[in-house]
Amino acid sequence: MYTWFWRTLPGPTSMKAVLSLLTFLVVAALLLFVVFPAIEPLLPFNEVTVDETG
Amino acid sequence: MNGDSVRTIVRGLGQALMTVGVVLLLFVFYTLYVTNLFAAQDQNQLADDLSTRWSVPATAPPPPGPSTPPVTAEPAPAEAPAPVVTELGAAFARLYLPSLGRGKDDPMVAVQGVSTADLQKGPGHLPDTAAPGDIGNTVFSGHRTTYGAPFADLDKLADGQVVVVETRTDFFTYTVTGSQIVAPTAIQVAYPVPGELGATPTQRLLTLTTCNPKYSAKQRLIIRGELTDTYPKASGGLPAALTQV
Repeated sequence: MYTWFWRTLPGPTSMKAVLSLLTFLVVAALLLFVVFPAIEPLLPFNEVTVDETG
Repeated sequence: MNGDSVRTIVRGLGQALMTVGVVLLLFVFYTLYVTNLFAAQDQNQLADDLSTRWSVPATAPPPPGPSTPPVTAEPAPAEAPAPVVTELGAAFARLYLPSLGRGKDDPMVAVQGVSTADLQKGPGHLPDTAAPGDIGNTVFSGHRTTYGAPFADLDKLADGQVVVVETRTDFFTYTVTGSQIVAPTAIQVAYPVPGELGATPTQRLLTLTTCNPKYSAKQRLIIRGELTDTYPKASGGLPAALTQV
């Protein structure tokens, strides 16, 4: 998967490296600010109240 | 199957596992740090909301009478206080924990309601419980970790230390009388008389709940307090509990 990705990137190695880093940052930001906030309430880690369902 | 295809499959699997690992690490980073950023923004917003809300005169109190059933589903006592009118999710009160570094300059803003969304903004007041200062049991819940972790150090609250709840009209100083670790289903801690369903409350109690142990949701940590001082804001200044620290 990453082999294919690396081959697909244009330019010399230095440019590939910069593009890889940028891609990683974009994906990470997407996860941190969009995906995780959306799925986090569905996870059972943050129950602080007392209620019948626990 | 020749060696090349085996190598490709193994390499693909390895890369997929590394990706999963990185995503999980990012999720840990998200819960421990990024959620705090979100909560800090929300707290700033709520602090503004509360100042605005309190700067205008209170709306007319709701009609007297047993208009809201108490959490116990028992008949409301005749002297039941008027229900709190703050809508769910809105800024509700300021909480001061002077002994935990949240003194007069750094209160947390509590919201009305304890839904997941409410608690991501700050500590939440369990809507069916007594309003701060009233007879009965005033219950606040808050995150132990993540989302600003308002109740992170609740376990360090010792008996005799104070929790101050500021409402539109008063500072209510509660003195901690004990703590307890209970199961997540222990709703009796939120009864008007804790542990006694249907009993008529006579004391003005405060209950703080959060998860326990830290980084887990296995149990609940319960802090109990009793109202020891009421300081009307009309008299100006701050209650002794906030100026001494």
